[in-house]
Amino acid sequence: MRYLPLSADDRGQMLAAIGVDSVDDLYRDVPAGGRLTSPIELPGHTGEIEVERALTSMAARNTPAGGAPSFLGGGIYRHFVPAAVDHLIQRGEFLTAYTPYQPEVSQGTLQYLFEFQTQVALLTGCDVANASMYDGATACAEAVIMAGRITKRKKAVVSGALHPHYAAVTATSTEFLGLELVTPNPDLTGEEDLSAMIGGDTACVVVQNPDFFGRVRDLTALADACHAQGALLVVVVTEIVALGLIKSPGEMGADIVAGEGQSLGNALNFGGPTVGLMATRQKFVRQLPGRLVGQTTDVDGQRGFVLTLSTREQHIRRDKATSNICTNSGLCALAFTIHLTMLGEVGLRKMAALNHAGAMRLAERLAGMAGVEVLNESFFNEFTVRLSKPASGVVDALAEKGVFAGVPVSRLLPDAEQLLLVAVTELNSDDDMDRLVNELEEALR
Amino acid sequence: MSAPETYTGNRGLQMEEPLIFEADSPGLCGVDFPDADITSDRLGGVKREGDIGLPGMAEPQVVRHYLRLSQKNYSIDAGFYPLGSCTMKHNPRLNEKLARLPGFAGLHPLQPETTTQGALELIDATAHWLSVLTGLPGVAMSPAAGAHGEFAGLMTIRAALEDRGDARKRVLVPESAHGTNPASAHACGYAVESIPANDRGRVDLDAFRAALDTDVAALMLTNPNTCGLFEDEIIEIAEAVHEAGAFFYCDGANFNAIVGRVRPGDLGIDCMHINLHKTFSTPHGGGGPGSGPVVLSEALTPYAPVPYVVRDGNRFRLIEDEGASDAKPFGRIKGFHGQFGVFVRALAYMMSLGADGLKQVAEDAVLNANYLMASLEDVLSAPFAGPCMHEVLFDDRFLADSGVSTLDFAKAMIDEGFHPMTMYFPLVVHGALLMEPTETESKAALDSFIGTVRSLAEKAKAGDAELFHEAPHLTPRRRLDETAAARKPVLRWLPPED
Ligand SMILES: Cc1ncc(COP(=O)(O)O)c(C=O)c1O
Repeated sequence: MRYLPLSADDRGQMLAAIGVDSVDDLYRDVPAGGRLTSPIELPGHTGEIEVERALTSMAARNTPAGGAPSFLGGGIYRHFVPAAVDHLIQRGEFLTAYTPYQPEVSQGTLQYLFEFQTQVALLTGCDVANASMYDGATACAEAVIMAGRITKRKKAVVSGALHPHYAAVTATSTEFLGLELVTPNPDLTGEEDLSAMIGGDTACVVVQNPDFFGRVRDLTALADACHAQGALLVVVVTEIVALGLIKSPGEMGADIVAGEGQSLGNALNFGGPTVGLMATRQKFVRQLPGRLVGQTTDVDGQRGFVLTLSTREQHIRRDKATSNICTNSGLCALAFTIHLTMLGEVGLRKMAALNHAGAMRLAERLAGMAGVEVLNESFFNEFTVRLSKPASGVVDALAEKGVFAGVPVSRLLPDAEQLLLVAVTELNSDDDMDRLVNELEEALR
Repeated sequence: MSAPETYTGNRGLQMEEPLIFEADSPGLCGVDFPDADITSDRLGGVKREGDIGLPGMAEPQVVRHYLRLSQKNYSIDAGFYPLGSCTMKHNPRLNEKLARLPGFAGLHPLQPETTTQGALELIDATAHWLSVLTGLPGVAMSPAAGAHGEFAGLMTIRAALEDRGDARKRVLVPESAHGTNPASAHACGYAVESIPANDRGRVDLDAFRAALDTDVAALMLTNPNTCGLFEDEIIEIAEAVHEAGAFFYCDGANFNAIVGRVRPGDLGIDCMHINLHKTFSTPHGGGGPGSGPVVLSEALTPYAPVPYVVRDGNRFRLIEDEGASDAKPFGRIKGFHGQFGVFVRALAYMMSLGADGLKQVAEDAVLNANYLMASLEDVLSAPFAGPCMHEVLFDDRFLADSGVSTLDFAKAMIDEGFHPMTMYFPLVVHGALLMEPTETESKAALDSFIGTVRSLAEKAKAGDAELFHEAPHLTPRRRLDETAAARKPVLRWLPPED
């Protein structure tokens, strides 16, 4: 078998060295009731050719949005990723290393994570960022738990325009930690007044920007309202490219930023793995979950990097740790940081501008169509439209024609039948938009 | 003759590399985009004004930067990586290739279900393999890593208990457990009670029975345990857990030792997470991503989190809505549908090895570890008698009076071209050195490692402490000051003040 380097001869010699007759003797501590008496009912080993054939045929039973005119968003976005990114992350030295516990032989991983933390801090407008979380939704939940720890308060006000998966993960993750979540109804109108819900017992307000429906908002007043009551503002960003064009959450007064970094460097991957981002103020750094890389020097006085502040973490603090997270999203963070380095200041701004320009063009075209109402005043690269028919039917009909019209909001919020989220990125051509408009016209007729 | 000082600070192939922020050429960009003139905007009045502060570089400089960084890492591709508890086995490249098929990597999680049938089939097939291999019928696929699986498993248990009106308050965790176990129990709102180990490196049955009562929700046991030993009283343990009306959670991080030979379900385990990034060969990627599916007994299955895949004739459906069926999911723990890209790799691996190959994996992993034990126990000190499972534990008694610590010893391994073993874990022995060779190491690699450890042990005993205190000598950076890093944390680059 191609992954197993021991020969029969090796095995014989090794058993002799150990002083046993067969490998069964090595399993003698397994109680009789736990020993398998018949072979496991699964297929036997298979050659590379056949495995590739089987999985390729499974892949062929999908119609990937990646290769079609697609306006899907809702927290996962298709962007152009330069070829160098995937080449570099497949370097065995990155791909097949463990978490950098031994800094002397892990300076590569540690330095890119230090650079990643800096990039995330710059983008979000925060002092510091950690070395990644599982995804945006779990980062959001951890942010709320962290705010509870910092303020020693038990209530979180959660915007009705937070991505429904983020809201659900936050609710599940806080259920038995004594935190109470209060949420107004799903914010379809953009009128929710979160400031009015803040009290002296509020640990934090959680708000997404751009929000789930695509609206962009100035959060400065909300931040002030939080701070006036001693509460923290948690800002969620599911489309990190937006920060190339809009003011950062930190600039608007956010105390903790939880984000999804998939848009940079990472494929759609059916939604996972992706990379959770988490940033905060310097003064809260000891309350952060997850790994942190810090700068130091070696015995020769040369600059180097290490995992640090690990007394927050499970392997030291066990049940008193700030989080149970151990393995995070290292390689996805590497893809993120390489892509962002390729882009740089100029590239990210241009990319963000292309997204916004495309979304404005499409919004204008859709606004002129019968049976389509664009609900957003403001947006970055995604907006919500109300259709004259249930959105999921329309989306299915267009998918049959090879066009992915967007995300029917009802997939995540069952009551919002006629709403459709439409996202535009730099990968959507004018031809894509023509296709969408033509097919929509037909479907809504 | 020692190597001469160089003008650049580079040492031959070993290159010094600045931070990207120090290599900034403002205005440069590694991606060519068309111009986007936005004269007006619809950004709600919050257009960014100042610079972000990101450095500019062209593609060649970016590629060189990351390539040079990569060369400062040790990796399983490059050499033996006996990091105990981490299962650093070879990562087949076929799996990388398949995960990148456009029909997988290009799938959006919110596409219509009719366009993702192959992906749902893949999730279902992966779950099927895991279910059959563990002998447990339910599988929750969405956990993102082992610790996340622990959380999911305990939440499932909690939901099942509460559903029968039996809220309980405590979770029992052996003191040898990985730190994520107590941390996960805490995240589910449970109080954690630590159970000591006996002098054979297993759970102390008397102490366990004394702690067990009807207020205990679950026992969280790692099996094989973190001392590399099979819990030989596991059947009695399971019976006691069930008698008390509690559930038996198993940390399956060490499944590599028994896959294909022992089904956890047959041992009385109700719930176990599996680290696909350990047993099933998906790359660790310098710290992730992982994937931690949880297998569940019949009684626990209805409480598994959303989403999950069900088969409906020859159609697959993704159940995302908590109220969609008569199951009682405890909630949602992750955005979208789990670490799909990791499932592709794990399934390709399981299919490649098959039932027979996976059994051989376990046997070779155990054989390799026992070979290390047999070849090293006369010079090191093993706290517990063998046979061991897939990893072998030593303590630091062999270093007594040598002035050399476990840490020093591990650092000296680096100069010899090896990644150190896991140090100071588990906590139940003093100065632990935990070695996990995995099945993908050849006998020649093991022999070279054995020779190295023996020679270092002899040097330590011979009083050559200096060599160890100074190690490593040959790495891009030598020992780093971790105390200073924690005392005054510098967690990001800042522009130099002028
Ligand atoms: C025994 C054990 N349990 C749990 C974990 C946690 O798994 P993960 O890092 O995937 O969260 C690990 C590995 O780190 C482990 O070795």
